[in-house]
Amino acid sequence: MAFLLEVLIGGLLAGIMYTMVALGFVLIYKASGVFNFAQGAMVLFAALTFVTLSEHGLAFPWALAASVAVMLALGVTIERVVLRPLVNAAPMALFLATLGLAFVLEGFAQLIYGTQVHGLELGISDAPIRSLPIEVSKLDLFAAGVAAALVAALGVLFQTTRAGVGLRAVADDPVAAVAVGLDLRRLWAIAWGGAGVVALVAGLLWGARVGVQFSLSLVVLKALPVLIIGGFSSIGGVIAGGLIVGASEKLAEVYVGSHVGGGIETWFPYVLAVGFLIARPTGLFGERLVERV
Amino acid sequence: MNDSAPLLEVQDVSLSFDGVRALDRVGFDVRGGEVCAIIGPNGAGKSSLLNVVSGLYRAGAGSVRFEGREISRAKELSALGIARTFQNLALFRGMSVLENIELGSDFRGRATFLEQAFRLGRAPREERRSRDDAREILALLEIAKHKSEIVGRLPYGLQKRVELGRALAPRPKLLLLDEPMAGMTFDEKRDMCRFIIHAHERLGTTLVLIEHDLGVVMDLSDHVIVLDHGRKIADGTAEAVRNDPAVIEAYVGNFLD
Amino acid sequence: MSSNATAWPSSSDVNEAAASTSRPLRQTLRIAAFILCAGAVVSLPFLVTDYVLSAILVPVLALALAGTGQNLVTGYAGQLSVGSAAFMSVGAFATYDAHLHVPGIPLLAAFVCGGLAAALTGVFFGLPSLRIRGFYLVVSTLAAQFFVEWLFTKVGWFSDYSPSGVITAPPLAVAGFDLSSPGGHYWLSLLVVAPLVALGRNLVRGRVGRAWMAVRDMETAAAVVGVRTGRAKLLAFGVGSFYCGIAGALWAFAYLGTVESHGLDLDRSFQVLFIVILGGLGSVAGPFIGAAFVILLPILLDQVGSAIVGGSVDPGLLQNVEKIVFGALVILLLIKQPAGMARLFYIASIRIGRWRARPA
Repeated sequence: MAFLLEVLIGGLLAGIMYTMVALGFVLIYKASGVFNFAQGAMVLFAALTFVTLSEHGLAFPWALAASVAVMLALGVTIERVVLRPLVNAAPMALFLATLGLAFVLEGFAQLIYGTQVHGLELGISDAPIRSLPIEVSKLDLFAAGVAAALVAALGVLFQTTRAGVGLRAVADDPVAAVAVGLDLRRLWAIAWGGAGVVALVAGLLWGARVGVQFSLSLVVLKALPVLIIGGFSSIGGVIAGGLIVGASEKLAEVYVGSHVGGGIETWFPYVLAVGFLIARPTGLFGERLVERV
Repeated sequence: MNDSAPLLEVQDVSLSFDGVRALDRVGFDVRGGEVCAIIGPNGAGKSSLLNVVSGLYRAGAGSVRFEGREISRAKELSALGIARTFQNLALFRGMSVLENIELGSDFRGRATFLEQAFRLGRAPREERRSRDDAREILALLEIAKHKSEIVGRLPYGLQKRVELGRALAPRPKLLLLDEPMAGMTFDEKRDMCRFIIHAHERLGTTLVLIEHDLGVVMDLSDHVIVLDHGRKIADGTAEAVRNDPAVIEAYVGNFLD
Repeated sequence: MSSNATAWPSSSDVNEAAASTSRPLRQTLRIAAFILCAGAVVSLPFLVTDYVLSAILVPVLALALAGTGQNLVTGYAGQLSVGSAAFMSVGAFATYDAHLHVPGIPLLAAFVCGGLAAALTGVFFGLPSLRIRGFYLVVSTLAAQFFVEWLFTKVGWFSDYSPSGVITAPPLAVAGFDLSSPGGHYWLSLLVVAPLVALGRNLVRGRVGRAWMAVRDMETAAAVVGVRTGRAKLLAFGVGSFYCGIAGALWAFAYLGTVESHGLDLDRSFQVLFIVILGGLGSVAGPFIGAAFVILLPILLDQVGSAIVGGSVDPGLLQNVEKIVFGALVILLLIKQPAGMARLFYIASIRIGRWRARPA
């Protein structure tokens, strides 16, 4: 029983990390209506930027600030150069463009920063806390806290600030949004810039756990089942999705994987997502799409 | 044409969307060979009615019968001999005019994909027949010179014609047209009218069309049905309907002469 | 005009020639040109080096075949799939296992087994397309990709319990002809790819192709017109994966000489997808152009890099530059010319034709 609990908690914690990455996707999906395949590459790029600046002697707060600036600039640039010209394109074309973008960013990141694995020190220990009966580290709790704070902040932003409400309007009906006088370009810039910052946070936390390396950009793929299960457009859904994916993948790995040699986590979340889609095409919390003839 | 039983029977059809009554116990018959127009002010439920008849919407109550058999789903339409066009154009924009039209009668094909890949068996014959049938339609609608052009790049009026062509390709018994002349210039309308009449006369197709241009309606139709706020308020010949006070009131005197 | 309309060329589009000569003469010229080209293509092994055969022509043919399969699923039927490498993997392993466990099986028959196994896998992972539309469908082929990779690594039977999980391909021979030389590998690839492409072309120009494009362009309208959309989608996955399976067998047997599932990973699937985008979605020649580009670019970069640096260039560096170039090209093409390079060539040929036909 204690073992089950431990596995479950481990899964939930992993799920929190997935949620964080997925948040970046949600921002962009709400603003541009596209699944940004390049989000993982952005996470990698962000983490590499921070780590390289730190290694070159920049103190933590300066490195952080500089990285934020870089990611904001990157986000805005991407929106201008790639997304803007494709505004009227078919959704498949948009997605393929973000795929191309992912390749460009990955290549670029590794070209500038090199391909070695970097350790990332946030100053928070990743060792299990002795006082708790299950294996949870300070870093895990910190990550959970940051993720929760980020989610709460985004939730508040979407409901209260002009930009947030504007983004929701754009996601709902871009034509009406323009008709009402919303500046789409500014909103897109904000969304993409924001996604860049979220990528940085995710990159730092993931990097602190597993080190900053290329496989970080594969994290993006796990965010897809998270979004499918939770629905693309609801923040609450993303949280639920992340927890479900994290927990179920760990449980499957431990209980089923042990019989078949392990490694189930690589494909289980996707099969789960397919199951969800067949049963409920819009995810747990997403909206129904109506096709007008 | 068999006059004893109606070709299309719509009985007590009701339809609601999120509590809004789009159709309220609408019923009428369409006889084989006639031209039947459905008219009414905006929002009267004309397109919804057509969508129910063509199986795209499921009626909350009532039934639709074609040649005595109940229609329930859109994918049965072709096999039954019913074809339709759409208000907002449902063309396959990435394909050529010829390909769009050939598609209209493709459902009849029996050759398997292997026969098609190897060009054996029934495939070459069916392909030739499909092309010849389509060429006839191209000639009828005077769009032969556009046959290889991608539909998405054609002007709106021509696209409407291609959609009509696709619907005519299988030589259907019943043709449902949802505002076939919407958004057209006077000349385009006149041509479209001509094609529709021609199709009716040459192919013997029964027509049910939704149309706003009342002049066209009065000229073309044998039978007119008027809807207002989801209810049928008149059902008869063009002349009878024109003078019906309820109809006049619904339109607030906006008849064209 | 929205770029949506220009993004999907129809099969008849690329074949309209702006010729001013009469039809019978055009026909004869076409046939003559075809025979000449065919002759040139077949006699290449006598004209080029072994290196060109083994490192360029054979992989280009294999990848072009995979690209053709991908094109059927994504370019014509509009179903998003990122599992082409998984289907290639299934094809490679199934071909190997057929050869291993059915003594005396002819090589081509083993290839067909590979293709069929891949087709079944494709149909299985394509089943969700009956319920899921649009972008979401990508999870299904993602699942396929990861699952297949996992399966072939974990279950030793497929790789004949080889400790490294890698197996070597047997020597190639067809109908008694020994095809183990680089030229032989090339001819085998040609023998396999050419007929398949021709068959695919027939499919695409007929009812099946129209049904696919209808599903791609507007599925609800397709149903109204009587297209059996479910059947069309599964057929696309089946045939497309069949092609990928055979491409995988070629890749393993004729190119690498080994069958290994990690070389056919998600990156490879993306590469095949890129091939199709670069070459042009929905065009028959596109995958060949794309494949040639994908194979030649790294070689070109290597040469240029060596020339600039005056020595050999770090392969990791080259790989990253490749990534940037491919990614940028994909984006550029999607923005400027969604119909890919095939269309660029077509447009260029028309412009050249006009330029040459201008009054003196």
